[in-house]
Amino acid sequence: MGLSASQIPEPPKKDLPLWDVKLGELPKWVARRDISPTGVYFAFKRAELKFNNKYVHVKRGGIAPYAMMLTGYCIMSYIWSYDHIKHDMMRKHH
Amino acid sequence: MMVSLFSQFDSPWLLNIPLVLLALIMPWKLFVSFGPSWAGTRSSRLVYAVMETLMSQVMQPLNKLGFRWVVLFSSLMLMLMTLNVIGLFPYTFTPTTQLSMNLGLAVPLWLGTVVYGFRNHPVIALAHLCPEGAPNLLVPVLVVVETLSILMRPLALGLRLTANLTAGHLLMHLISSAVLGLMELSVVLSGITLLLLVFLTMLEIAVALIQGYVFAILVTLYLDENL
Repeated sequence: MGLSASQIPEPPKKDLPLWDVKLGELPKWVARRDISPTGVYFAFKRAELKFNNKYVHVKRGGIAPYAMMLTGYCIMSYIWSYDHIKHDMMRKHH
Repeated sequence: MMVSLFSQFDSPWLLNIPLVLLALIMPWKLFVSFGPSWAGTRSSRLVYAVMETLMSQVMQPLNKLGFRWVVLFSSLMLMLMTLNVIGLFPYTFTPTTQLSMNLGLAVPLWLGTVVYGFRNHPVIALAHLCPEGAPNLLVPVLVVVETLSILMRPLALGLRLTANLTAGHLLMHLISSAVLGLMELSVVLSGITLLLLVFLTMLEIAVALIQGYVFAILVTLYLDENL
């Protein structure tokens, strides 16, 4: 809802950002983070705030945030419904 | 080969989470209203301008008492329009094709207007069951007919939205299958069918927007009778 950046708690100490974590160290990185329900919720809120501050709350915004959100939504819907739609695909072995 | 034409309306599940949940979150997350600037962003001002025009039409039948319902109606209309239009994107799920969801919206809203009317002025609400100027002999029949018509309203409201969207999606599915099937037989025929599909898509976008508007305006009319 209408949470500002100051109301969303940051992680306790500065850790590697997700982009810089090696694949093998990913489980250890996830274990170091706050994986309680509130921790996950605030992680999503931080990401949402970062996205909105970068693309939406700007003086001269464009179609970029909506295009990104809708493309991501279409891709996620495809992944979600793959088991359902693979039977309709034109391929030799179903 | 299509398993079944109607299998496109099943909500797929992944990790025990239905896709309908993601689809319902989209209108909420797509329109960001609160930000650091009091004036809002370009997109929020655009949405506000469009909604102001539409809501002035939707709220026209109502008097001052009904204006307190404007927030409910504007959010209802915006949500329905967004759900319908986003459902036209590829691979997405349209929650408003499900009768359960549309009846879940229609019945409480209609019942709210009826209970509001019967609670505040029961005599006037009952008087609406008999149209003015009707012959005395016809009054019993008319009361029964009017009662049935009032009871059918939520069903009609929900079913109208469901049927329009389901029919549109089905038609698009069928014609796109026809385009793919005809491609091997005749490219020209396939091209003509593709052109038909383009026009049908444009029609579907219009229908998606109009059905959201119609739902909201009908609830407004039902409220107007009971204010």
